[in-house]
Amino acid sequence: MWRSLEVSGWGRTKRGACLAARPEKTRDLAAALAGPGADTVLVRGLGRSYGDAAVNDGGRVVLTERLRRLLSFDPTTGKISAEAGVSIADLCRCFLPRGFVPPVVPGTGDVSLGGAVAMDIHGKNHASAGSFGRHVDWIDLLTPDGQKRRLQEGDALFAATVGGLGLTGAIVSIGMTLARVPSAQLRVQERRVKDLDAFLGAFAQPGPEPYVVGWIDAFAEGSTLGRGLLQTADFAATGAYGEPRPGPNVPFDFPPGILNAATMRLFNEYYFRRVPALGRDSAMSFDAFSFPLDRISNWNRIYGRRGFHQIQCVLPEAEAAKGYRKMLHAISRSRRASFLAVIKSLAGDGNGTLSFAMKGITLALDFPAVAGIDEFLRDMIRLVRDHGGRVYMAKDSILSAEDFAAMYPRKSTFQDVRAAHASVWRLSSDMARRIGLAAPP
Amino acid sequence: MTETWIVVGASSAIARAFALSVARGGADVVLCGRDVDDLKADAANIGVRTGAKAEVVRFDAEAFATHDEFLRGVFDRPGAVSIFVAVGNMPGQIEMQKDPDLALSCVNANYVAMVSLLQRIATHMEARKAGSIVILGSVAGDRGRRSNYVYGSAKAGLHAFAQGLRARLFHAGVHVVTAKPGFIDTAMTWGLKGLFLVASPEACAEACIRALANKKDVIYFPWFWFPIMTIIRLLPETIAKRLSF
Repeated sequence: MWRSLEVSGWGRTKRGACLAARPEKTRDLAAALAGPGADTVLVRGLGRSYGDAAVNDGGRVVLTERLRRLLSFDPTTGKISAEAGVSIADLCRCFLPRGFVPPVVPGTGDVSLGGAVAMDIHGKNHASAGSFGRHVDWIDLLTPDGQKRRLQEGDALFAATVGGLGLTGAIVSIGMTLARVPSAQLRVQERRVKDLDAFLGAFAQPGPEPYVVGWIDAFAEGSTLGRGLLQTADFAATGAYGEPRPGPNVPFDFPPGILNAATMRLFNEYYFRRVPALGRDSAMSFDAFSFPLDRISNWNRIYGRRGFHQIQCVLPEAEAAKGYRKMLHAISRSRRASFLAVIKSLAGDGNGTLSFAMKGITLALDFPAVAGIDEFLRDMIRLVRDHGGRVYMAKDSILSAEDFAAMYPRKSTFQDVRAAHASVWRLSSDMARRIGLAAPP
Repeated sequence: MTETWIVVGASSAIARAFALSVARGGADVVLCGRDVDDLKADAANIGVRTGAKAEVVRFDAEAFATHDEFLRGVFDRPGAVSIFVAVGNMPGQIEMQKDPDLALSCVNANYVAMVSLLQRIATHMEARKAGSIVILGSVAGDRGRRSNYVYGSAKAGLHAFAQGLRARLFHAGVHVVTAKPGFIDTAMTWGLKGLFLVASPEACAEACIRALANKKDVIYFPWFWFPIMTIIRLLPETIAKRLSF
């Protein structure tokens, strides 16, 4: 049942040697969670967390990739139930042709439903849809003592499980409500945005389109600091679903340094000029718009074996202009510019105790793992903390326990809920140990 | 009239993939096995994804006395009925050397139970003069090897049985496919050492479906196991006995 396996985060900077089980039946999931001995156990979905959230070095991991059955679907209400290993992309493939879509999708379809709950993911439509947890009707949670509970909004353990980093139990299956859509195609508008203030202005006065996302050229300096592109999108009235065509695969690790300051500057310049000065409208499939990088399998290998870091934070609206100006200055000064910097607006809090979302502006940046990067990221995190912001744990690999407690003030509530279900202390991860969630309060 | 596939041992990854695939192709499926609760989840999954009718019937391979009643139940339906048999388990060879009873239970599950089941199926199929049978064997049955000879001998028996069954049912217009997979990435092989060229259960299921369409009698999956096993079969005993594989 157990084999040794090296697992890593998607950014591949954090690795761990684990004993892994891959149950194919619910019964085997329960057996794996109860596991032998006193080893810590972590349930792992599709491994798209960038840092160490899904790594349990020296402990056990239980993979959910073979528990991916759809259990029910009601075409009149859009309610479904599904096992935790079902991916967002799978839901799109199955239900877009029937006129339904997951109400919240992240930037990749290769996220499991269990992972989506455990990180309380958000999408490009946060203003209208909120975070993922808002759409979850119930969670079947299995704790290491073998108890299975159906949790609903209002239960303390439900709130702790949404955004709970997998530390409250194994999510066996969930019920959720899909959104009805008129087609599988989006009408996408793209336009250039001249600087950071223009971005913030655009987010402050949103148009009618539910999907809004910005990309920032993190190399731009001076008067163009924070320039980029804004994409807005809404469903077209018609347009059938086409199965996404598989794209290229990155078959091996690129040599280190392919993504250096010069190539990234060129790419960013090209990316900016791709959209004409007057903007453009186009039609795109929902998948192509939502999961732009999924066409390239194993794209994380482009960063080479040393991997990369991603940092995503949210700053309150009032602090966004000041805070992000400082961050973008620091980035362009450091010449560590990010390959893809993504900016979005978040409408409010999630319904999980440790949900990432809060009202404000979120920025995601990725950096190759080169010398001095940890120190640089700590400077970034200090800026986030100073401006009352928060770092997204799905991306994080370096936050300290102290930073975490400052950014997630409901940490003690979370730990108290766990303390009421003693067997859950068996669940742990490298991240849990790093940010001070491994031991009872 | 819709075709029905009876999938026996339906919790195994290859059987699961096979059932989903034939359901996508328009067939109804009956999932049979011991873990009824888990099979209900599979049936629901097939229903939601394909719209096909999927039922669950409890089946215990080693409870031979129940096989008659089980088959009467699943064959009692109109239209063509076909059968996919994927019953078996693979205890470790070392454990079976220490515990001869474990070796016996391995042979019971992989061979004796199959004789009990398939002899009865043959009678039903001869009467109906329609349908197909897919029997999941293993490359392990092509030669008795030191590292896996108990399981291998049961599968070898099953292969020989399937050959005879194929000849018998040929005259009733029923086609029998023997599928011999190599290393497939399933719960059975998870954690085994020394595996190479491991294939996915979905691809194995598709190979079975192609074999049915092309009326193949015996297939190796992936195909390169045929030349590999041909060489292994041809090794003289005097050499083979000295090898540790």
